[in-house]
Amino acid sequence: MPVVIVDGQEIEIGADERLNCIEAARRAGREIPHYCWHAGLTVVASCRMCLIETGQRDAATGKVTMVPKLVPGCQTPVRDGTVIVTESEKVKESRARVEEALLIDHPIDCPICDKAGECLLQDYHFEHGQAERRADIHPFTSRKRDVGPTVTLFVDRCIMCTRCVRFTREVSGTGELMVTSRGAKEEIDVFPGFPLDNKLAGNVVDLCPVGALGDKDFLYQQRVWFLKREANVCGGCSAGCSIHTEHNQDTVYRLKPRENPHVNRWWICDDGRYGWHHLHDDARILAAGRRLAPVGQTGRHAGNGQAAAAFQPVEWADVVTGLRADLARAGHLAVAVSPMLTVEEAWMLCAVARSIDPQAYLALGHVPVVGDDETFPGGFTIRAEKCPNRRGVEEVLAVYGAGGHGWDDLLAQVASGTVAAAWITAAYPPPAGDAADQHRADPAVSWIDEATAATFAGLQTLVVQDLFESPLSEVATWRLPAAGFAERAGTWINVAHHAQTFRQAIRPPAGVWPEGRLFWNMLGRRGLHDPVAVRRQLAESSATFAALAGDVPATGVDLRVRQLA
Amino acid sequence: MTPFKPVLLEAVGVADGHTLASYRSRGGYAPLERLLREKQPAEVVEMVKSSGLRGRGGAGFSTGLKWTFLPKDHPGPIYLCVNADESEPGTFNNRILMEDDPHQVIEGTIISSFATRATTAYIYLRYEYPHSWNRLQAALDECYAAGLLGKNILGSGFSLDIYLHRGAAAYICGEETGLIESLEGKRAWPRIKPPFPAIEGVFKKPTVVNNIETMACVAQIARRGVDWFKSIGVPADPNNPRDPGSYGPKLYCLSGHVEKPGCYEAPLGITLRELVDHFGGGVWKGRRAKAAIPGGISMGLFTEAEFDTPLDFAGPGKVGCLGLGTAAVVVIDDQTSIVDFLHNSCRFFAHESCGQCTPCREGTSWSLRMLERIKAGKGRLKDLDLLLELGNTMGMMPGSTICGLADGAAWPIKNAINKFRGEFEDTIKRTNPEGWMVTDPVPALQIVGAH
Repeated sequence: MPVVIVDGQEIEIGADERLNCIEAARRAGREIPHYCWHAGLTVVASCRMCLIETGQRDAATGKVTMVPKLVPGCQTPVRDGTVIVTESEKVKESRARVEEALLIDHPIDCPICDKAGECLLQDYHFEHGQAERRADIHPFTSRKRDVGPTVTLFVDRCIMCTRCVRFTREVSGTGELMVTSRGAKEEIDVFPGFPLDNKLAGNVVDLCPVGALGDKDFLYQQRVWFLKREANVCGGCSAGCSIHTEHNQDTVYRLKPRENPHVNRWWICDDGRYGWHHLHDDARILAAGRRLAPVGQTGRHAGNGQAAAAFQPVEWADVVTGLRADLARAGHLAVAVSPMLTVEEAWMLCAVARSIDPQAYLALGHVPVVGDDETFPGGFTIRAEKCPNRRGVEEVLAVYGAGGHGWDDLLAQVASGTVAAAWITAAYPPPAGDAADQHRADPAVSWIDEATAATFAGLQTLVVQDLFESPLSEVATWRLPAAGFAERAGTWINVAHHAQTFRQAIRPPAGVWPEGRLFWNMLGRRGLHDPVAVRRQLAESSATFAALAGDVPATGVDLRVRQLA
Repeated sequence: MTPFKPVLLEAVGVADGHTLASYRSRGGYAPLERLLREKQPAEVVEMVKSSGLRGRGGAGFSTGLKWTFLPKDHPGPIYLCVNADESEPGTFNNRILMEDDPHQVIEGTIISSFATRATTAYIYLRYEYPHSWNRLQAALDECYAAGLLGKNILGSGFSLDIYLHRGAAAYICGEETGLIESLEGKRAWPRIKPPFPAIEGVFKKPTVVNNIETMACVAQIARRGVDWFKSIGVPADPNNPRDPGSYGPKLYCLSGHVEKPGCYEAPLGITLRELVDHFGGGVWKGRRAKAAIPGGISMGLFTEAEFDTPLDFAGPGKVGCLGLGTAAVVVIDDQTSIVDFLHNSCRFFAHESCGQCTPCREGTSWSLRMLERIKAGKGRLKDLDLLLELGNTMGMMPGSTICGLADGAAWPIKNAINKFRGEFEDTIKRTNPEGWMVTDPVPALQIVGAH
């Protein structure tokens, strides 16, 4: 195996690995500061922050020959015998000078800059910069420029690393951003009439190492040091991108991509990025309710043009018992297992349903599909299937002998009149709107239309568990709140059969039980709802899920690969 | 000095010297025809290599050796780029060649393309040379009409197209990889190396970039032979194995404070004083020289005492300059302020820095602003040390930039302050009697008020 010597420490790298000095040093626990380099973009070696000393150790004699000048760590590949020196005086002086140069024209308006606290310019200056300012220049302007519907450019804060420009050229393939002018006067800009408006635009804000690119959605909302982050998975589509949910006091402020080489690499789309606002929407269903239905001759309610009676609030303890009793009384049960549920929740729901009616008809809930899969030149794909766990639910249904049952099958069952009660889990977020105002998407636009909802009108008991009111609410006897994606814990399995386990990021609003908690209690299990215990149990009982038995790594596991092995 | 009959400039002053007929009457294109008929490309490469021809664009790299870096048996295409983005201040020898003898350049280009197996050549022409554009384009048209360009040149089976490409006026386009990027239609940001252009250049194909004057020299070597070329100039230093010598004639651009500025052809190795006295008619207005730029502003400065240094590829380096560069000599008389000179130099490089690498982008601009402050009577002695530090730390040589523009910006700073420090100190003390000695740190920055 090739050996690289980082500050005297020998580390082995893979025989086929193509690493640069920054990556190799990182293996040895050494951070080489850098701005322009990003693993997901081409190398330009222009910021010159990663300048280091390198050399080559002769394999036969062990003699080290150093390169006389400094070299950029990002541009320099390592091979067997490469010597990297990251902390020599020469290197430190060079870093201090680059920091000094970057600050000559920087407004240093940290107190009013959103990036303060997570800014590389701040961090590196603290670590590598010099205390005294030698440039007697007072540049100060702090110009703002609108470059797109979601992004603001603070022109003077920019350090010209060009990560954003390269991103729009190499990953999104849209090429909106460019560099104008020359020398110290150069700026990032867009061409007139061609704003930064694509579905990956938000990533340029993450890429920006300083406060130059601001996300309008997050700007001035929260200081970053108040934010807590939880490793999460985006529920926006079946890609299942790894994210960090950043929140404070049970309020989400932003979502950030979490690096995952198996799924989303470094990126997320704007649909996902801004797809959290519904969590804090006033229109959410926040309490369990049961309709004391007007009893007609048929013993059935509603669906006859009469205004339905209002839902009466029900305590959760009463939901646990009352729901079971109602469903048991009604007779043959059909259950729609939503692809928004986690694997654990789906498994428990099936168990609950079969404990009420051993013949219960189980089916995959409605799968929202919008348009076609959209793949960008950099390889990133936004899936048309706007739910995170269709594969997981299908596998759970297969465990219960209900594999292949879909939403249409369930509708047919209901329409045929063989079903007396239905339990519809939904938890669908409102569909994403235009890129500009997708977070203000209208929650009234529902996943189900009136005609489809009318199919359920004749049922004796209809349980609907959802985030927002829908036409189904009109015909429901039980209306239960659902949890949003960040309020859930468990496992989702994406379109590529990659399973990712995540914890709850924020607590749901008061009065809302996540679905899993209700199912846990309806199963009569003791103690607090414990998704990990459920997952272990599931993994022990099913070969499909066996790979989920132990601790699941942060980047998830591929269920198919484990099965083959 | 021994009389020297101009070769590269032989068409200057000849009526209609720029036409094909005139060039042919001087023996032009006959060597090309002979060469295409009798020689293999590898033999031509060997011929240029053995002539000791070093690139005339500034770096002085062996032309033949550069050609051998191209991959062997490459399926093609291979490109030849002729660098006519002549933007180094003080330099105009390419312009003379293109305007007065374009066919000499084109013949050299065809021979070089044949040697490198390039079937497409680009001449990247500086925007500010409209006359060169017209002359070159007319000459290319003549060549196509005469079967000297296009398919199956002179029945040899060798085909070549030459495209004339006009830049958009940026100094950085003269850097070979900046030129390549610009030619590809991109912003002229020099590329990181490796890969070098010989491996991956224009459109990701092997590429050779040569200067206009180099092309003219190739044409003359083909016409007059290797021995003729090696008989001119300064032979390699036998005591220095790394010195390849400075052979051949060279076009010197003489300007500044001389009586007769102009482009003069002389053997490599002429001293700066000979050039000024013999060709330039001495320093103007009977004044004395204070300094001179030896080869374009980015090469640094000679003091008057250093005027006897030979202007060959090794000479300027011996007195602390960067090199021969483009051999553009600008003489500065004793009534000119070196502070003004340096201010002008810094202004040029701050304006022309492409802005890619931090040390150059900020360093050139910072040095300009320091010079502006000194000129505004607010200079301090400590500024000189800061300027020197900037000069010593930016550039390819310390490793802090991608291309050599920053070295070019640094050398005038270093040379001017090291060689004329007294004048700088006097100026600062005279113009800033209250504050020249201040060494206090710069006060903390105020926060932006309005947002």
